[in-house]
Amino acid sequence: MTDPAPDTVAADPVTLDAVDRRLVVETQAGLPLVPRPYAALAARLGIAEEEVIARFGRMLRAGIVRRIAAVPNHYRLGYAANGMSVWEVPETVIDEAGRLLAALPFVTHCYRRPAHPPDWPYTLFAMVHARDRAEVEARIGAMAGLLDGRSRSHAVLYSTRILKKTGLRLSA
Amino acid sequence: MELDAIDRALINRLQDGLPLTSRPFAAVAAEPAMAEFGLDEDMVIGRVAALREAGVLSRFGPLYNAERMGGGLSLAAMAVPAERLDAVAALVNAFPEVAHNYARDHALSLWFVLATETPERVAEVAAAIEARTGLAVRLFPKLAEYALDLRFEA
Repeated sequence: MTDPAPDTVAADPVTLDAVDRRLVVETQAGLPLVPRPYAALAARLGIAEEEVIARFGRMLRAGIVRRIAAVPNHYRLGYAANGMSVWEVPETVIDEAGRLLAALPFVTHCYRRPAHPPDWPYTLFAMVHARDRAEVEARIGAMAGLLDGRSRSHAVLYSTRILKKTGLRLSA
Repeated sequence: MELDAIDRALINRLQDGLPLTSRPFAAVAAEPAMAEFGLDEDMVIGRVAALREAGVLSRFGPLYNAERMGGGLSLAAMAVPAERLDAVAALVNAFPEVAHNYARDHALSLWFVLATETPERVAEVAAAIEARTGLAVRLFPKLAEYALDLRFEA
């Protein structure tokens, strides 16, 4: 009753104007690593530093920018195993189950997605990162216990190779 | 690259986000939690640059949400016979809309993310991949998000 609603994807997209799009393009490779990064971007675009900061503030509030932050390569931090756990959860309890798994510190993504019957009954996807497979397995066991019968079956798909990894692409 | 305690503290701190101010690296260096390391603005910038250069950070900057920008986004999967995996992955990766692509140990062996300029393009690109590979593409769009917290303890 007091649980927050899941962040559904129905929210209207926010329009970017031409200057916003240029800021997106200029920062696709990252933020300039200089003392005043927004001033550096402003100089490239021929606008004021304050305007760049104001535009990023607006994009942050609108959810276009999730945050301005570091993204580590998890393999380089020793998280060698990543298991995509998938769970067959009835619609009536899926939001509850999703929130339970999302609250676990080792679950990085947790989404509801469509089933593809008959061979893919799983609708709740939760990504688990750990140092090795044994640790992933232990965590999957803990997740199954936490779901306590809300899931009818589950599977874990380990990544065996990264075949491509690029960021968001946006043409100018 | 060996990470020291300062690198680890910075990686953990910077995953939470930079303050949106004119001199964000100076602001981070001055935070109480960072005080024990005696960092200044240039030292923070130098360490972040070294971590990026070494590939410990795969990205440093604004993290954009494609859907909120009006684009389309979907997870997709294909059942690819093992002997065709490399060839099919190369065909799939040639599409600029394919952002991430992982091989996984399952009958559905290829899992990738389609990020497109418009929502309608997701189905078009999936159909184009089917035409190129002769294999079915199953789409798994996000119906609800319960967590997206890509933070790792360094």
